[in-house]
Amino acid sequence: MATYRLKVNGQTHDIEALPDTPLLWVLRDNLHMTGTKFGCGVAQCGACTVYMDGSPLRACSMPVSGVENSEITTIEGLAGREAEAVQKAWVARDVPQCGYCQSGQIMSAIALLQANKNPTDQDIDLAMNGNICRCATYVRIRAAIHDAAQSLRG
Amino acid sequence: MRWSIAVVALVVAGVAAGAPLLLASRSVGKTLAVAQSGDLRAAESFNGIKNRRARSVALFEEAGKVIESPRCLNCHPAGDRPTQTDAMRPHIPWVVRGPDGFGAESGLRCATCHHSANFDPAGVPGNPEWHLAPAEMAWQGKTLGQICAQIKDPKRNGGKDMKALIDHMANDELVGWAWHPGGKRKPAPGTQKEFGGLIRAWAATGAYCPS
Repeated sequence: MATYRLKVNGQTHDIEALPDTPLLWVLRDNLHMTGTKFGCGVAQCGACTVYMDGSPLRACSMPVSGVENSEITTIEGLAGREAEAVQKAWVARDVPQCGYCQSGQIMSAIALLQANKNPTDQDIDLAMNGNICRCATYVRIRAAIHDAAQSLRG
Repeated sequence: MRWSIAVVALVVAGVAAGAPLLLASRSVGKTLAVAQSGDLRAAESFNGIKNRRARSVALFEEAGKVIESPRCLNCHPAGDRPTQTDAMRPHIPWVVRGPDGFGAESGLRCATCHHSANFDPAGVPGNPEWHLAPAEMAWQGKTLGQICAQIKDPKRNGGKDMKALIDHMANDELVGWAWHPGGKRKPAPGTQKEFGGLIRAWAATGAYCPS
């Protein structure tokens, strides 16, 4: 066991963990931030997507020993124009079905819109295809991203 | 919708049970080390080939065992999408090279999943420089002779002269990952030092290519 100092959603936490403990487990089990989901554990489904220093990251494939001195953002810490636009679009389109994958979907969607305010269908495919939805809500997700992008463009 | 709806393997296969190796007279570690090193012949072992051109070609053909291993070819794809595993199947999820080789500009970047080191608990390989080779350095689908000509061409090797090329093969950290791939991935044959020695000797003998 070792002690790691993590900055998550603007707050500093000291946690005890083995060096190869996935960040996802630390978020959920140590810090009780359960908005980030465990889906596959092998970086194949995107349910565990968080941001490290502003960029999307699969928290299941990152050891806690690799994130010290970085700023981690989870679904609980989202804020800003893009987050608000996505939230409104998600509600308006009633996007989720079972909802399990949605925190990862939303993290990826917001990251896309932060980088690209006018994404094409191809851009959306390239940003979102690593986020699997077993309810197949892909059509609504894509529509909601276009809606959010339009609202951001005014 | 064209999103890849891949069937996600929700359970990582456990370590395959293997029969214990019966090694009567040597330690396991020593035997395995010899076996791995023996996968690639040392440059000096080609000194018996007196014809300079033939020796040069033979050296490159030996180096080709590394160049054509999945550890190298997977990230030198013919298109924009890398392949993965020893079977060299298309990368799942769908990712592309992007303008800088590190993934789509506003989409899935390599670093979303691949971090600074191999992470075996998730089965994900990693390196600080994890990225795809540029399109002009595509190797998949080419003969070893075609790859050889490509490697020597500064227009298709990132502007490298022979000295820089040798340094890249012998010392580049991401190239070196091929011998330390983690998980159950089969390492490239031999060692990076032996591979660098073959490339150095190939260059010294005129850098001739297989036909």
